[in-house]
This record gives sequence, structure tokens and C-alpha cells, in this order.
Amino acid sequence: MGRFAFYGQGLPAVEPGELKGKLVVLEGTDGVGRSTHIGLLREWLESRGHAVLDTGMTRSALAGKGLKAAKEGHTLGGVTMSLFYATDFADRLENEMIPALRAGFVVLTDRYTFSLMARATVRGADPQWVKGVYEFALKPDIIVYLRATVDELVTRVVQTSGFNYWESGMDLRLGEDLYDSFVAYQTRLLAAFDHMTAEYDFQVVDASASIQTVSDQIKDLLEPMLIPASAAS
Amino acid sequence: MKTYGKHRFPGRLFVVEGIDGSGKSTQLALLQKWLESEGYGTFFSEWNSSALVRDVTRRGKKKRMLTPMTFSLIHATDFADRTEQQIIPPLKAGALVLADRYVYTAFARDVARGVNPGWVRNLYQFAVKPTIAFYFRISVEQAMTRIVGGRDAIKYYEAGMDRQLSGDIEESFRLFQGAIVDAYDSMVSEFGLVVIDASRSIEEQQAEMRRIVTKALTGARKTRIRRWVDLHSMARASRPLNQAS
Repeated sequence: MGRFAFYGQGLPAVEPGELKGKLVVLEGTDGVGRSTHIGLLREWLESRGHAVLDTGMTRSALAGKGLKAAKEGHTLGGVTMSLFYATDFADRLENEMIPALRAGFVVLTDRYTFSLMARATVRGADPQWVKGVYEFALKPDIIVYLRATVDELVTRVVQTSGFNYWESGMDLRLGEDLYDSFVAYQTRLLAAFDHMTAEYDFQVVDASASIQTVSDQIKDLLEPMLIPASAAS
Repeated sequence: MKTYGKHRFPGRLFVVEGIDGSGKSTQLALLQKWLESEGYGTFFSEWNSSALVRDVTRRGKKKRMLTPMTFSLIHATDFADRTEQQIIPPLKAGALVLADRYVYTAFARDVARGVNPGWVRNLYQFAVKPTIAFYFRISVEQAMTRIVGGRDAIKYYEAGMDRQLSGDIEESFRLFQGAIVDAYDSMVSEFGLVVIDASRSIEEQQAEMRRIVTKALTGARKTRIRRWVDLHSMARASRPLNQAS
């Protein structure tokens, strides 16, 4: 079929033409409600007869734990963090996503390379370098970008988990406390996402609407690319 | 982020490359001793040794979880940590940094595993370009005679067993390391590696290394702190006679 392709130089020993499933990416910055929507989508997809694999950052068998441990310390530099995340991503791509796609699953991923590229460039990495590193990624069938303003993110974070060190980009020393730093950091991340929207054909969904409205909009975007189980012979 | 060749530091970076058994680590240790005795401050950094990343690599190798891609990326992560923490700060301070294996190891090994050569060169763009990169050239047959412990000392990934070149570990090692030697040879002109004939005596090689390094030391800072009391030799002198066998 040859429906799938890599962005650039792909993975050794992987023939993208063999892959059958769908690769659905949910992107968006911290606190925008990605995991809520992944949960809702999973239920909806399964009720319609699709087998679903969901995956997300730092969940790789290889590097997940090591990356979390590294973030507990205070010596994790920008380039090192970017590459640690790239390792985690590669492990999940090769060992979770690709086998599931080969078996015809709908792969639902909470973030993809775009969050990682945004974080790296915000930390001063050369944009061409970052792009080159992630050339081995598969082009997804759809990239849904949940977009919110910094004010909306602040409200959500205050009401839920509170500000944390990494989501506030405290390693960058952008502000005197978690709040100032969060605002400065997330503003830069949003700019990086906006910059990628046209280049990677993001489907933008306004995350400030109600959960129901946002979920319906995502389902409307996915609907045309799914063959319902009832229609399959 | 500065890319390869764009860094400007007062220090110097000397690296050694070559396959296992080429004698490069022995030569680097001798070079370090000499530089210290000349009054230079030196820092030593070894491939695959970042405290932050080591456990992941070790587990991945032990459980054989690594693909060519994750093998490449985890080693790049390790190297990034050492670049940020161990290599750049001393170079800024004007010290001499000595590295046992460098980016060329990754270029040779990862490409031998089927990773795209252009991709892996981009991956390491953040690396500091060495002042001098020595390549200890030796044949695989000669190197094998020097690997102490023989067949049991050959490791799974070192032998490229993940590539399924041969079911026999010694034969696989020969084939895989042979491909690595070819990759090093083709990098000599690409990166200006300085070739040392590693089949010669240890003394001859060391003399050549020192001659070449000397030329690169013009203007380098002597930063080594001279201690009033040398704790090391005191400890040796105070050891009871009956233990000094």
C-alpha cells in the first residue's frame, strides 16, 4: 500500500509499506487536557470495533525509568535531555507503535516528536539539528493540536496539579519563581508549536471549549479516516 | 547550541580512537602521565561512562533490548551528558581534556549496524571538534591476540552479535570489527584523523604521540596545582614493609 512514510532517513530494517494501522497524534503543551481526550477517544474507538494502543512520553521499557531518574537530579543539560527523550521515543516507536501498526491497530499517542522538538529548540538547540535527529519518525495519519492560551493553561494548572519544575522550564531560569517561569516558558513553547502548525499540517482544536465540544471536534476529524467494524467484510 | 568546529576554547582536546585491543587506552594513560608531569591540568573522559545514562545502557545491553537506533541514541545521550558536564567546562577553563573514544566510534559502529551515515553525523553535531584525534590502526587478527581472556572476554554487542553475521561469537567479532576498521579507514581523510601504526612498540607509539601533541601545546595554560604535600607518595611510603610484596 505504501501509505506510511518516514520524514527522512528512516529506521534500519523497517519497511513502512508493511504498516496497516492508523497513527493518531495528540499534541499540545502542558495542562491542555491531552490525557483526558486520549481516554475518551480510546473508549469511542474501541466501542466502534478498533483495537487501540495508547502510548506517551517516558513510558518506554528501555529509557522511561532512567529519564525520570535523570530529571530528579540537577545536572541534566539541554542536549542530554533532548537525546534522552529521543531514545525513549525511538524505543516506543520501534517496540510499541510499529508492531501495533503492523497488526492493524489504531495507535493513539499522547505527544509525538513535535513536543520534543519544541522543548529542544526552546532550550537553545539548533532547529536543523533537532529536525535531523527526528527524521527517523513515521509521518502520522493525523496530528491533532490542542491549542490553549497561556492564561488558560495557568488556570488549569492552578486548579489541578500545581506548578512543577520541568513544566515551568525552571532549568532555563526564565523567571524568579515557578509562576513567572511557567508563563515565560509556555509562551515560548506555544510559539514553537505555532511555528510548526503549517509545516507539519497540524489540525488545530481550540482547547478552551468544553471537554464534550473538544472531544466531538476530534472525533469529527478522525471519522473520515476510520473504516467502521460494521462496514468491514 | 554551537556545532562541530564552531567552538572556541582556550583548552585542548585530544582523543584516541581504534578497535578494542589496539592499545589506545594504554597510550592515552601514558600521555596523561607525561602532560601532568609537564605541569598541565588534565581531565579524562571515557566513552559510555555518564553516571546519568549508564544504568539505562547497561540494562539495555544485558537484556538485549537495543536496536541499532536505540543503541545509537543512548550512546549519543551518554556523550551529550559528558560533553555538557565533563568536556566543555574544563576546556573553557583552559585545561587539557583527554577522551578515550569519541564521536568517530559512534560513526564507525552505528554505520556498521545499518544506521544511516548522514543521520548519525548530524546526531553528533553538538560535539566539540578535537584538537587532535589519533586513530590507532591495527588489523582485527592482531587486535584479537591482545584481548586478554580470549573468547570469554568478547561481549555480545562488541561482536555485533545483534547483527546475526555469524552464530559463532569469534567469527562474528572478526566480521563486525572488520567493518569498523573499514569505517575508521574511510574517516581518516573525512575528519583528518592522525593515524598511528599500532603494531609498533608501545614506546615508539608514545614518542610519536608526544611529538605531535607538543606542537599543539603552544600557548596552552599550565593549570595544574602543585601541592606542597603529595598525598599519593606519602601513602605509598607509609605502607608497612610486609605488605609491599
